Amino acid sequence: MTQYLFYFLSFLSVLSALMVVFSKNAVHSVLYLIITFFSIAGHYILLNAQFLAIVHVIVYAGAIMVLFLYVIMLLNLNKDTEPQTSNISRFAAVIAGGVFMLVLTSGIRKADSLVLEGPRNADTGLIETLGQVLFKQYLLPFEVSSVLFLAAMVGAVMLGKNELK
Amino acid sequence: MENLLILIPLFPLLGFTILGLSGKNLSKSTAGAIASGSVLLSFILSVVLFSGLVSGSLPAYQQKLLDWFAAGKWDVDLSLMVDPLSSLFLLVITGVGFLIHVYSTGYMHDDDGHNKFFSYLNLFVFFMLMLVMGSNFLVMFVGWEGVGLCSYLLIGFWFKNPSYNAAARKAFVMNRIGDLGFLIGIFLIFIQFGTLEYGGTQGVFEQASHAASNDPVIVAIAICLFIGAMGKSAQIPLYTWLPDAMAGPTPVSALIHAATMVTAGIYMVARANIIYTLAPDAQVLVAYTGVITALLAATIGLAQNDIKKVLAYSTVSQLGLMFLALGVGAYTAAVFHVITHAFFKALLFLGAGSVIHAMSGEQDIRKMGGLKPHLPKTWMTFLIGTIAIAGIPPFAGFFSKDEILANVYARDKGLWLTGMIVSALTTFYMFRLLFLTFFGNFRGTHHQKEHLHESPASMTLPLVILSVLSVLGGFIGFPEVFHLPHWLHHYLSPVMEASEIRALPAEITHLTEWSLMGVALIVIAIMFFIARSKYLSREELPEPEEAKLKTLHRVVYHKYYVDEFYEGFILKPLGWFSKQLKNIVEKELIDGVVNLSGQAAMWGGKVLRYAQTGMVSFYLFMMVLGAVGLWIYFNLF
Amino acid sequence: MDAINSINQVPISSYLLLSSVLFSIGVLGVIYRRNIIVMFMSIELMLNAVNLMLVAFSAYRNDPSAQVFVFFIMAVAAAEVAIGLSILVMIYRNTRSIDSDELKQLKW
Repeated sequence: MTQYLFYFLSFLSVLSALMVVFSKNAVHSVLYLIITFFSIAGHYILLNAQFLAIVHVIVYAGAIMVLFLYVIMLLNLNKDTEPQTSNISRFAAVIAGGVFMLVLTSGIRKADSLVLEGPRNADTGLIETLGQVLFKQYLLPFEVSSVLFLAAMVGAVMLGKNELK
Repeated sequence: MENLLILIPLFPLLGFTILGLSGKNLSKSTAGAIASGSVLLSFILSVVLFSGLVSGSLPAYQQKLLDWFAAGKWDVDLSLMVDPLSSLFLLVITGVGFLIHVYSTGYMHDDDGHNKFFSYLNLFVFFMLMLVMGSNFLVMFVGWEGVGLCSYLLIGFWFKNPSYNAAARKAFVMNRIGDLGFLIGIFLIFIQFGTLEYGGTQGVFEQASHAASNDPVIVAIAICLFIGAMGKSAQIPLYTWLPDAMAGPTPVSALIHAATMVTAGIYMVARANIIYTLAPDAQVLVAYTGVITALLAATIGLAQNDIKKVLAYSTVSQLGLMFLALGVGAYTAAVFHVITHAFFKALLFLGAGSVIHAMSGEQDIRKMGGLKPHLPKTWMTFLIGTIAIAGIPPFAGFFSKDEILANVYARDKGLWLTGMIVSALTTFYMFRLLFLTFFGNFRGTHHQKEHLHESPASMTLPLVILSVLSVLGGFIGFPEVFHLPHWLHHYLSPVMEASEIRALPAEITHLTEWSLMGVALIVIAIMFFIARSKYLSREELPEPEEAKLKTLHRVVYHKYYVDEFYEGFILKPLGWFSKQLKNIVEKELIDGVVNLSGQAAMWGGKVLRYAQTGMVSFYLFMMVLGAVGLWIYFNLF
Repeated sequence: MDAINSINQVPISSYLLLSSVLFSIGVLGVIYRRNIIVMFMSIELMLNAVNLMLVAFSAYRNDPSAQVFVFFIMAVAAAEVAIGLSILVMIYRNTRSIDSDELKQLKW
């Protein structure tokens, strides 16, 4: 049962990812990306990473994609404003991407024998375990990420200021 | 007592530093006083040390100044030593040097570079003292090089004249050629003996005394060191610089090219006497070089018309006689002649300077004459000097020259005969010089006649002192036949005893020695009368103009065309060779390579900049390709 | 749930393969498209592929710290998007275009 779910979800994510890249309309790309995010969230649930799945949906599909849509609407992009790439560039890009994929996948050929599987712990992925690890071992990065957000906020405000006055 | 050693070279060095740094800020009299005073102080200290050595309190003084360097197991110290041999040289250098300093205050009085001159003189005295006071070959070499440098500076003192600069360069280059031989000799000494120190149980001489006679390495060392002496003491083939060095001011000629620097070669051979005694083959070379040089220079001196050139060739000739003495093993005789020669040659040069000063710069003796009544003190001292150099008893030259000739006779009659001929020629050309300069009618210009005046006391006083020394100087070494003590021989015996053990000096009977002296005196008298008849009793000048010279006379006058020979066979090919090196190797090869690398960098930049298209997509594309490439590289190789 | 107590029938290599494929599609998107917004989205896709792999390893190795890492990656991605989009807007204001090839003044 999990297998079939896995295959369905992976098929969905790959397909929508391809559509993100190849669709001509920017808004369509955004929508396809949202579908990809949802399918990946489904993978997370399959892997028992419950907290992460929810957070993934909220942050990515909820916040980041909305930002993208805002910007696209702001810039009023549609099919006409789409830059045209020459056929040779497209061809070269596809070939390069394909080669890259080959290279990556060939590296994981023997992954099965390398990863030692042990009895599964059902607790990994629960929000409680995650909280334990996050607030004990990784407390400093957690606090520093707040500084990161501060920087991002300040930067966004600064960059967004209209200086035409 | 030992601590005094460092002060002796220190005073002239201080003098040099003070005068060198203060430049024209000091008045001329102050500068002269500082310079002369520093040498005087060194002289006083030398006397103190000398008296200490004479009284026999110590065989030698040694003072280590500092560890100079250590390379592996080899330590070289900068240390000074005074033993009987060097003490004599110290007295001569500082004593005669002091007199010449005093003389220079008068002679260089009107010169703009007066202070610079004295600073150079002091520097020279410093280096010369280091040369004779060094206790190992390396310190001697430092002094050796240093005096060569000062010789260059002082010969080219009036640097605005390009021919004087050329003369200075010639002196320096020829010295350097000799120095190469010296350096190779030092290398050989080090290889053979492992040290460069003279004395001590592990010193060079102590080790050398155990060697067999005519050991090839010892012979090689002796020859290489002698090559250095050839350059420094103007023997064939490196002698042509000394006559040209007369371009320098006369006190320079007196100090450097008569009394001190040129005697450095003699000092070196005398110091290394054991090495030469052990290498009879090398001694043969030394003796023959000396005697041929003496003969050659004496013949050239006959035909010269410049007062200083005659004296210069006379110096070369006398140095040849000294090397002849060294070559037959008569080390003490050579040192004796160095001392007496310093006295009378310095006297003659300073006298010549006085004459030149009186004649407002004229140096050609054909334009002099009849100076006797105008320059009484100069004339008297010059006469004493001439008598001394001719070897007329009881003046100094007689004793030293006679001792040399006696020792030479004991070894080789042919060499003795040549030495006798040289003596005869010496008498002849010196009296020729005297007669042409001081006797007869005045042949100069009217302007010169008006300005004719005796030199000031600062110049005549040293002349007087030196003439007294020329008279009395011979008494330090009476020959045995007089049944009077040969003090010098006794004093130098600690230095020479190693040689005397290995090779006893040849003996001659008393009768032989008396007859040799008699023959010498007869020859001198004959030459005197010939010179007198040729130059004194005639009215007109017997020297023909250059165009009318007969062939032999012309060849001798032109110094046997040796300079031209060197110019054509050595200098021109070298010049051609270096021109080729400059045009081909330097300009095209080396410059080409350097320029090429610059061009290559520019070309590379020009080609590679097209990779910066500015388009992000292109960069990303390249990144992907790069990542793929790297992965392939790391996984396949 | 079934998934928790049963031995997962999906081997980890499948997840790795999926992650690699998504990543290379992201790379393809970056070099294929010139629209800056779509390039940005492809970068997000790449980040997500990495996240997926990390979570897969976390589940198979029983190690929660990989999920914490994913957490931080998400945080950074969010901040990065904020800044990136504001830069994009600035670029649009200045060049009136969202073609990445318009930004080629720093060239030879």
